[in-house]
Amino acid sequence: MEILVCVKRVPDTAENEIEVNSDGSDIERDDLVYSVNEWDNYAVEEAIQMVDKVGGSVTVVSVGDEDAEEVVRREMAMGGDNGILLSDDTFQGSDGKGIATLLKAAVEKGKYDLILTGAQADDGAGQVGGMLAAMLDVPYASVVNFIEILDDTKLKVGREIEGGNQELNEIDLPCVLSIQTGINEPRYVGIRGIRKVASVEIPVWGASDLGIAADSVGGTGAQVKRLDYFVPELGEGAEILEGSMEEVAEKLIELLKAKGGIK
Amino acid sequence: MAGHVFAYISHKEGKVDDTAQELAVAAKKIDPDAWPTAVVVGSGSELDQISNEVTAFYKEVWKFDNEALAYPNAEAIRKLLASVLPSDAVVLLPHDTFGMDLGPGLSIKVDSVFISDVVDFQGLDGGNLKVVRQEYSGQVSTHSTCNISAGAIINVRPGVFQSDESGSVGGQVVDKSSEVGDIAVGRRFLEIVEAEVGDVDITKEDVLVSVGRGIEDQDNIEIAEELAEAMGAVVSCSRPIVDAKWLEKSRQVGTSGQTVKPKVYLAVGISGSFQHLGGLKGNPFIVAVNKNPKAPIFQVADVGVVGDLLDFVPVLTEKIQESK
Repeated sequence: MEILVCVKRVPDTAENEIEVNSDGSDIERDDLVYSVNEWDNYAVEEAIQMVDKVGGSVTVVSVGDEDAEEVVRREMAMGGDNGILLSDDTFQGSDGKGIATLLKAAVEKGKYDLILTGAQADDGAGQVGGMLAAMLDVPYASVVNFIEILDDTKLKVGREIEGGNQELNEIDLPCVLSIQTGINEPRYVGIRGIRKVASVEIPVWGASDLGIAADSVGGTGAQVKRLDYFVPELGEGAEILEGSMEEVAEKLIELLKAKGGIK
Repeated sequence: MAGHVFAYISHKEGKVDDTAQELAVAAKKIDPDAWPTAVVVGSGSELDQISNEVTAFYKEVWKFDNEALAYPNAEAIRKLLASVLPSDAVVLLPHDTFGMDLGPGLSIKVDSVFISDVVDFQGLDGGNLKVVRQEYSGQVSTHSTCNISAGAIINVRPGVFQSDESGSVGGQVVDKSSEVGDIAVGRRFLEIVEAEVGDVDITKEDVLVSVGRGIEDQDNIEIAEELAEAMGAVVSCSRPIVDAKWLEKSRQVGTSGQTVKPKVYLAVGISGSFQHLGGLKGNPFIVAVNKNPKAPIFQVADVGVVGDLLDFVPVLTEKIQESK
């Protein structure tokens, strides 16, 4: 099975406090720790496990600059076979539809049975997978937390729906699936793994390679335009307890007792 | 100006989802003069009852009754909507696992702009709609704008646009079932697998100590368990803990887990994403312990402690044991 996995480099919210910059035009990006989008990491692991079972290859693709190339390389180190970087100045500022347009062009340069994306990203809208599937005119399933290969033409997939329930579907190949966290346990990538792929050539495809009109993607093609960032003032917020750790604990115990929180 | 507004009505087992009324409120926020049309899709006699119920919120309700639509398969519904709605339709969907499945692809098929997970509408100027969205698990918000005059698919966050109106607008149901055309799909629904029942039922507990990513390591779960024991509470958790397989799925609070209604909720190391908070009902007394002062949980908590839970929680546990 030939599998393409679409990944994205994002600020790691587990490692960073995200703050708005002084004029509200962006988040404060100095000192941010970036990593691969968590959902994408599960998608790469799932692709590798599927290929381990039935053969084939895993190709990792990302849209971005040389920093995104490092993310592609890191994901290849998990066990991916090929990497592709879609990079061009005209791609900058693309909205979800722009990214899907670029990925569609990349998909059509290869031959894939299955395309995986993460179900969402912290700085995104959970939209690229569904758009890509519609552009390719292939079936789509979102928030997938289970995949079983039935035969060469179809999969059984579980979608994680509300209330912790799972919706089972049969889906025809080729298709696009957006992967939910928890579907597997992504393997750890050590220094040795990274070294093994350090010198692997990752082709870089620009607008002309993809046959993309520059004004259909990037900031000029974006339909949804972000005006500013801000931190909303929602209600009064929490009363923050101050003092030494012991003092805070004692204050909290009084409050908890008053509310019936300590039996 | 914008095209006519349509709202997709979610329903399950004969019951209308709360988002049905919320989308009517959202439509009024986009354009106070608009009268949105409800789209009800499904099969059988329960669909009549659902359609009638929705006439309380919508003046016009379009009913599409077809056996092939008995289960809400996003691919089939996408084909249906693409064929029956006007090309400049503004379509509101709930941003839940169904809306996420449907919205992005529908926007491509009808060549309209897609706006995901909107939490507020701030006016329509000409054809330009200004919306508020959240990024980075709610740590920051953004104003975004887009032109919706050629149509739009807008996913609206559930639970945000609540209404206190109880009166009915006395709408009418229009049976559009004969307009259902080709809805053949490449993805076929098989069955729903119900969530497993765990060793404890967190939905019935009054006091929950809930752990999140801030616990950092499986071995540290013990810290929360000791606190819960001292308080006479039960341990629940947020999604990353279940993804890491440190606790059972049945202990997860959130839209993809359990909906709980405790009296007291002590959230330790939980940032407070809307998916997590979506599982917290009944207006509990919320205490948040988090080392990130910007964590969204502090916006909804009654009391906050800014600090590392790994330091603070053992001290709290010890003090509670002493006080007994």
